[in-house]
Amino acid sequence: MEKIFVKGCEAVAEAAVRAGCRFFAGYPITPQNEVPEYLARKLPQVGGIFVQAESEIASISMVFGAAAGGTRSMTSSASTGVSLMSEGISALAGAHLPAVICNFQRSGPGISNIQPSQQDYNQATKAHGHGAFRMLVLAPSTLQEAADMTYRAFDLADKYLNPVYLLLDGFTGAMMEPIVFPDPKSDEWILENKASKAGWALFDGNLREERRRAMGGRNDQEPDNIASAEMYERWKGTEVEYEETLTDDAELIITAYGISARFAGAAVKKLREEGLKVGLIRPVKVYPFPEEAFDKLDYTRVRGILSVEMSIPANFAEDVKYAACRRAPVKTCLSSGGNILELDAILDAARELYGSR
Amino acid sequence: MNAVYTRPKTLDAAGSTYCPGCHHATANKLICEVLEELGQEKNAVAVMGVGCCANSFRYLGTDLIALPHGRPCAAASAYKKCNPDVVTFTYQGDGDLASIGLAETLMAANRGDNITVVFINNAVYAMTGGQIAPTTLIGQKTSTAPGGRIAEEYGYPLHMCELMGQLRAPKYLARVACTDVPNVRKTRASLMKAFKNQLDGKGFSMVEILSNCPTNWGMSALESIEFIENQLIPEYPLGEYRDI
Repeated sequence: MEKIFVKGCEAVAEAAVRAGCRFFAGYPITPQNEVPEYLARKLPQVGGIFVQAESEIASISMVFGAAAGGTRSMTSSASTGVSLMSEGISALAGAHLPAVICNFQRSGPGISNIQPSQQDYNQATKAHGHGAFRMLVLAPSTLQEAADMTYRAFDLADKYLNPVYLLLDGFTGAMMEPIVFPDPKSDEWILENKASKAGWALFDGNLREERRRAMGGRNDQEPDNIASAEMYERWKGTEVEYEETLTDDAELIITAYGISARFAGAAVKKLREEGLKVGLIRPVKVYPFPEEAFDKLDYTRVRGILSVEMSIPANFAEDVKYAACRRAPVKTCLSSGGNILELDAILDAARELYGSR
Repeated sequence: MNAVYTRPKTLDAAGSTYCPGCHHATANKLICEVLEELGQEKNAVAVMGVGCCANSFRYLGTDLIALPHGRPCAAASAYKKCNPDVVTFTYQGDGDLASIGLAETLMAANRGDNITVVFINNAVYAMTGGQIAPTTLIGQKTSTAPGGRIAEEYGYPLHMCELMGQLRAPKYLARVACTDVPNVRKTRASLMKAFKNQLDGKGFSMVEILSNCPTNWGMSALESIEFIENQLIPEYPLGEYRDI
């Protein structure tokens, strides 16, 4: 397999094209501008549509329109731009339309600065708009994973008829790594994929009698909400995804997702070299949260859990505390505002927690 | 006995729940008639936001995309680009098209997207109870401008046909009304032109229908028609503002 040296934004964009994405609308915002720039070049070459929209609100509304017609669709933005999309993401969930939304997180709150962060965790996993809906939230930690997850995200969106969210960060968008891209879907496959949506998508009107609707507004909303809630519950059995490293004998667990898990992984390696029994739990999807990874731990052995993320106040750590359920102390090591996590800070926090019992 | 006039089959047979005298019902019927005459009633998607316009999702027998307030033009543009053979139209009120969705509307027009926009201008936010709209007349009383619209506070009525007339891309811009039979026939002809343009791949067309709101204007149906004739039309002159 040929490895290609690419930038994170381009890995996501190319993987989307290979997954059969044929519509993209977006509005420029740093640090993800290489996504629309790549797709502006690439999509027309494969018969797809690229639109630089007038705003993020228009972008997500365009994605809604394209998805309603059965076209695999995506938008990409960063933090403050994704906030503007909340209305449309909620609308997609309400109308049960598949789409992929990428957030290359930057610093917050407000417009803040363009440096990387992980401060949108709660927004992504718990409240990405009004109306109490949920999305699968995929959190790649390498560019290979970013490409693979982008590719899979379209399948997941189609499978569940629900938007799927890629929670990235400015780091992942800007760095370069060698990766192997998944095989591109053929034009025939893409046509078949659209045709497979004939039960609900709005196309081929002349071929059928019944009227079709893509809409979120309902007078009988509650039965729909109950069905959605049941789907979210089923995800806890089928969609949980996490990675465990050296947890079998671990007396200290470091946990982190996305780019922070790279720092956490480096810390685990260093601490093992020092003879400390430290392991890593990395949620691959952050929604649904892998509570079972924390249930599996032997709390007679585990002295504590160190939760690492680029967010102040901590977001991810709240889910970790919930999962650990007071069975072990949970401490945090944090950065935010575009400041990069420091390996030494993680090591110090881990050593302190390790020796605290 | 020969039927010389029938309800269009694309319009729901149960009738509408629009307020008595409301011209939304007329506009719905005309859209259905035009689509049927063009043989496109089974090949059309209506795109709607929120407001009284959205009531018509019950009555229009076409496929339907319904999404948040102000966003129909963005969604319609994207849908049409992905499905160029499907007739795609938005059906929007003044708040939707000219206030919260002004960017989406103007940019779709400026791109010349090949969609048809049907704009119902009744100078008021109707479904929410008659608040001031971008098209409310100077002096016109509304629930949020109880003393009447004052230019110093709310500016002046927004003229969408004239505003879009500054853009190069739109192919057809017309303002019509449904106040009497000759005007209804003109409205029908304008809708026909706007939909034909799309079928011919010409680009963006908009028909602005000066409509009424007897309920929120606090008038009888007949009084509301007089208000259109005596107040709205002098502010918003009827006619074809662009036809290329």
